[in-house]
Amino acid sequence: MLRQDSAVKIAVEKHGKERKHLLPVLQEVKRAKNYLSRSDISDVAAEMGLSSAHVYGVASFYHFLDLEERGRNIIWVCKTISCYMKGANDILLALEEALKIRLGETTSDGKFTLLQTNCIGWCHKGPAMLINDQPYTDLTPEKVVEIIHEYNQ
Amino acid sequence: MARRKLKRVDLIFSKDCSCRDILADALKKPREEIIRMLIESGLKGRGGAGFPTGAKWKMAAEEESNRKYVICNADEGEPGTFKDREILDRVSLKVLGGMALCSYVTGAREGFIYLRHEYRFLIPKLEKTLDVFHKWMDELDLDFRVSLFMGSGAYVCGEETSLIESMEGKRGEPRNKPPYPTSDGYLGKPTVVNNVETLVYTMMIMRIGAEEFRAMGVEGSSGSKLFSVSGDTPKAGIYEIEMGMTLEDFVKEFGDGDAKAVQVGGASGFCVPRKRFSETHIGYQGGLKGFSLPTGGSMMIFNSSRSMYNVLHNYLDFFEEESCGQCTPCRVGCQQLRKGIEAIKRGEKSHKYLNDLLRLSETMKLTAKCGLGQSVANSFASIVENFREEMIY
Amino acid sequence: MSEKMIHLVIDGNKTSVPEGTTLLEAAKAENVKVPTLCHHEDLCIAGNCRVCVVEVDGWRVLPAACATPAMEGMVVYTNSPQVRRARKDILGLLVSEHSSQCTTCYRSTSCELQDLASEYNIDNEIYINLLKNEDYVVDRSSWAIEKDNSKCIRCQRCVRTCAELQKVNALDVIYKGADMKVTTFFDNPMSEVVCTTCGQCINRCPTGALTERRYIDEIWEAIGDPEKHVVVQTAPAVRVALGEMLGYEPGVRVTGKMAAALKHLGFDSVLDTDFAADLTIMEEAHELLDRLKRKLVDGEDIPIPMMTSCSPGWIKFIEHMYPDHLGHVSSCKSPQQMFGALAKTYYAKRIGVDPKNIVSVSVMPCSAKKFEANRREMNDSGHQDIDLVCTTRELGHMIRQAGIDFKKLKNSKFDKFMGDSTGAAVIFGATGGVMEAALRTAYEVVTGREVPFDGLNIAPVRGMEGVREAAVKLENVLPEWSFLEGVELRVAVAHGLTNASQVMEEIVIGDSPYHFIEIMACPSGCIGGGGQPIPTNAEIRQKRAEAIYTEDEKMKVRKSHENPEVIELYKDFLGKPLGEVSHHLLHTKYTRRERV
Ligand SMILES: Cc1cc2nc3c(=O)[nH]c(=O)nc-3n(C[C@H](O)[C@H](O)[C@H](O)COP(=O)(O)O)c2cc1C
Ligand code: SF4
Ligand code: SF4
Ligand code: SF4
Ligand code: SF4
Ligand code: FES
Ligand code: FES
Repeated sequence: MLRQDSAVKIAVEKHGKERKHLLPVLQEVKRAKNYLSRSDISDVAAEMGLSSAHVYGVASFYHFLDLEERGRNIIWVCKTISCYMKGANDILLALEEALKIRLGETTSDGKFTLLQTNCIGWCHKGPAMLINDQPYTDLTPEKVVEIIHEYNQ
Repeated sequence: MARRKLKRVDLIFSKDCSCRDILADALKKPREEIIRMLIESGLKGRGGAGFPTGAKWKMAAEEESNRKYVICNADEGEPGTFKDREILDRVSLKVLGGMALCSYVTGAREGFIYLRHEYRFLIPKLEKTLDVFHKWMDELDLDFRVSLFMGSGAYVCGEETSLIESMEGKRGEPRNKPPYPTSDGYLGKPTVVNNVETLVYTMMIMRIGAEEFRAMGVEGSSGSKLFSVSGDTPKAGIYEIEMGMTLEDFVKEFGDGDAKAVQVGGASGFCVPRKRFSETHIGYQGGLKGFSLPTGGSMMIFNSSRSMYNVLHNYLDFFEEESCGQCTPCRVGCQQLRKGIEAIKRGEKSHKYLNDLLRLSETMKLTAKCGLGQSVANSFASIVENFREEMIY
Repeated sequence: MSEKMIHLVIDGNKTSVPEGTTLLEAAKAENVKVPTLCHHEDLCIAGNCRVCVVEVDGWRVLPAACATPAMEGMVVYTNSPQVRRARKDILGLLVSEHSSQCTTCYRSTSCELQDLASEYNIDNEIYINLLKNEDYVVDRSSWAIEKDNSKCIRCQRCVRTCAELQKVNALDVIYKGADMKVTTFFDNPMSEVVCTTCGQCINRCPTGALTERRYIDEIWEAIGDPEKHVVVQTAPAVRVALGEMLGYEPGVRVTGKMAAALKHLGFDSVLDTDFAADLTIMEEAHELLDRLKRKLVDGEDIPIPMMTSCSPGWIKFIEHMYPDHLGHVSSCKSPQQMFGALAKTYYAKRIGVDPKNIVSVSVMPCSAKKFEANRREMNDSGHQDIDLVCTTRELGHMIRQAGIDFKKLKNSKFDKFMGDSTGAAVIFGATGGVMEAALRTAYEVVTGREVPFDGLNIAPVRGMEGVREAAVKLENVLPEWSFLEGVELRVAVAHGLTNASQVMEEIVIGDSPYHFIEIMACPSGCIGGGGQPIPTNAEIRQKRAEAIYTEDEKMKVRKSHENPEVIELYKDFLGKPLGEVSHHLLHTKYTRRERV
């Protein structure tokens, strides 16, 4: 019999098994586990009667449905034009320094993953970033170090 | 040519009106009357494409179907645009009011707000508003319910057919058109997709009347609109301004005194150099002499310290990632444009290659399947043509 | 119902078409060929390659002809300067992300991208090569399918084939933008995913990105080895399609020339899978009757309906998708494998060759047969029963390579023994054929009379409808079969795995009204197999089917149980259908597989 992860079961029960529920289900599983593993994807496919390759194709389309293991907190630094003009690269460097990781990596304690993303809709207050769902704006290298500090508390 | 000064407006965020009353009044009018008002107001979609809203609702209203849907497009992803977030944060009841109007007019009983992932922080607040709204619906005896549908990070999902695909549990790849959503939308049913701001204006038109709305702005581009101002400006933020302003007035008001170019409409819009400021208006094509540029509201100012090569490169990076990838001109074209300007910059390709790239961007405009690929040429051609030397040296 | 007509102008010619016609179809009706890549007649419209763009008066953009309906008053230009320039740019873009290695490409000269690149003079690389620094590895993990992503133009024809026609969804589109590509679940090797190896995607891939794994060189090697006795068998559907590889129009039967060519190529024994098809009918018809007896008389819990087992793509499909229902599948091996098991036992003995030195080659319309031959259980002869499988296409290549002027060949005949066949075996190649052949035999076994259909042609199971059904009432049966007196034998035929799923779903919910079901993995059956000449479409498959039925009509013997060699084989070696030797050599078991 198929082994079914409880996170998948819960998500499918909550949102439904129809095709139109696929995105909410994937979002729910990703939130519960911070990323979607191969077995999550094939479990969702089995539960919803879809093909695994297809669910993989859908999940990989969306930027925030991570398919790689992530830290508990994901930092998304905006790299698009307005933030870029206002020094987004310095913010990235400051974060790399503070977290002792490179872009795309996860800290060894599994607390943070550092990533970039496209415009997050705070262009008038750039540079901006998201940590999980929370936006942070008007960033400076000093300010991001403080923010990271707060999460570390 | 007649110069219009920039006129501030306060409709969208004004607190001096009760949404519930506007709605209650409107629901007493016959449906045809509301459609007539919208058509007369000249309101065009504020999501970028500028389709007349009254006509869109009319088409959906005329479809025979047991199910219809209203979708509020809150996938706001155009670089430099942040007005929809602000609207949803501050006056979401007006948005919902607009959806209710649309429900009344078209017969849709279910509505969705397709909210981009980046705005998840708005969820708790929106859920509270939805409770209030649903109570109103019961009181006003309108059989209409709205729920949130979350995006997961894909700019192209702002395109209405890929938004619908995404809601149906698929990859957000734009569909072939026709058919259009007003006849074959969500789950194959007639669907109205409107921008957040458009929906608010439908309510405002109910409040102030079509004539007053039409009196604002210019011929072909009536009313006002929200502008998201960013870049090299001391006054970054959101402003509601009458349609039809010239870039000269805009820069006078918002520039830092050293503006060399304004990007109108975000990465998929046009870059206007200083020498064109006075002859360029903000509005839909055809209304005024000179150049009329439509915009979803993004206004980005670049001063003389900026490298337009870097700006263009940033845009092309954006498109290369955000293209859905299904059609050849856009998927491969975006990569070629980016690699092409890099090769010219490094001296690996002659500056004449810029002409090949311009032709390629024209082909993308003509042949790409959706607005994303079609509009890459807007910024590409306007930047390359106006700042050619910055591309080469 | 009167159709609304749409009036439009195409390249200056006024024309009218029924509402709903696309511009591509409208142009075709005017004898204008608009180039296409992502479009395929068997599949839904995608509109993603954009090479079919045309110019329409008053339109801001160039719409894709394949995806745009003709509209009243349209003035269309299919070959304006703007259109030509755009198409050339698009082809240039496709070439820029393509590993254009035509000299080493199996699809060279039958490649749609190559054709268009040549038509549009993509003679110099304007755009930057996007492949340069990527080291692609061709996926050769599967016995049957080769996947070379560096030649993929991302038209998604394979994706639509696998989803719409086969309901397998082994291939899909992943990621977006520049990273978008067409691949399997987490990019797994083809051998580790649900792929049934049916090869339908190959037949619809416009380029060399998907091909069958080739064994041409191994076959040449065997032929060239004096120690080896190389036996070749050819499946029923090959003889009605091979001509297309060698300059004939679809639908020409080339049985005699094919036998002659195989002899020219140097095969030591040129035999016929059709012989084994007759044998399959003997075993399968008796298995059906045996199942019915055990169910109806002995009250055993035997899965009914019984389903045919000669299509290996179908077998792999049911193993992945419905592993709980494998009991419905007949235990009979496919004709290829029955042939293989006999070639290295009975036949080897008969011709006095050590089975070790026999190389058993089969020419199949199918890619899945390559997988089947390599299934671990297929070595009941004590050796691998079938050594090498090539497709109709590969045989066409070999004949060309050998410099044979095929059209000028004199007809020849299959060798004996295992070269004799009947009309019943020939029709195996078309959907419904196995059912028809089985009914011709089963009915006669039970009643002692011929099937009550005009000229033995069981029309209700013929045709191209996705699922077809028929019923035959058994009356005045022989005493041995008295339990079947008055029974209405209900049968169904499905082709293409999407239709197979439909039939399976009825079984899953316990609501299947049938006794016997024929399933072929490929649309139209083996004549539309994954190893058949490209292009394929409904019209071509129809022509091949007509050729098959003509071949049947022309045969002297048209019932499997009357094949003289089959009768001799039972007398001499097997004993009786479902006997002990049969059980050992001609029947098999199935494996549960995962669905990922
Ligand atoms: C690539 C692309 C992205 C788009 N993004 C948005 C968006 O974020 N929000 C929006 O309202 N419309 C967006 N649109 C426009 C929509 O397709 C659609 O025209 C609009 O939602 C209709 O609403 P309106 O008529 O009220 O403007 C986008 C279009 C394209 C081609
Ligand atoms: S233009 Fe770009 S985003 Fe639009 S369908 Fe084509 S590839 Fe997708
Ligand atoms: S796929 Fe076609 S174009 Fe590409 S290498 Fe093969 S024959 Fe040449
Ligand atoms: S061989 Fe058949 S099952 Fe496998 S990927 Fe191709 S179409 Fe799908
Ligand atoms: S593998 Fe072939 S059919 Fe599939 S997308 Fe690539 S080119 Fe098209
Ligand atoms: S550019 Fe960074 S938030 Fe918009
Ligand atoms: S053939 Fe029309 S878009 Fe591909």
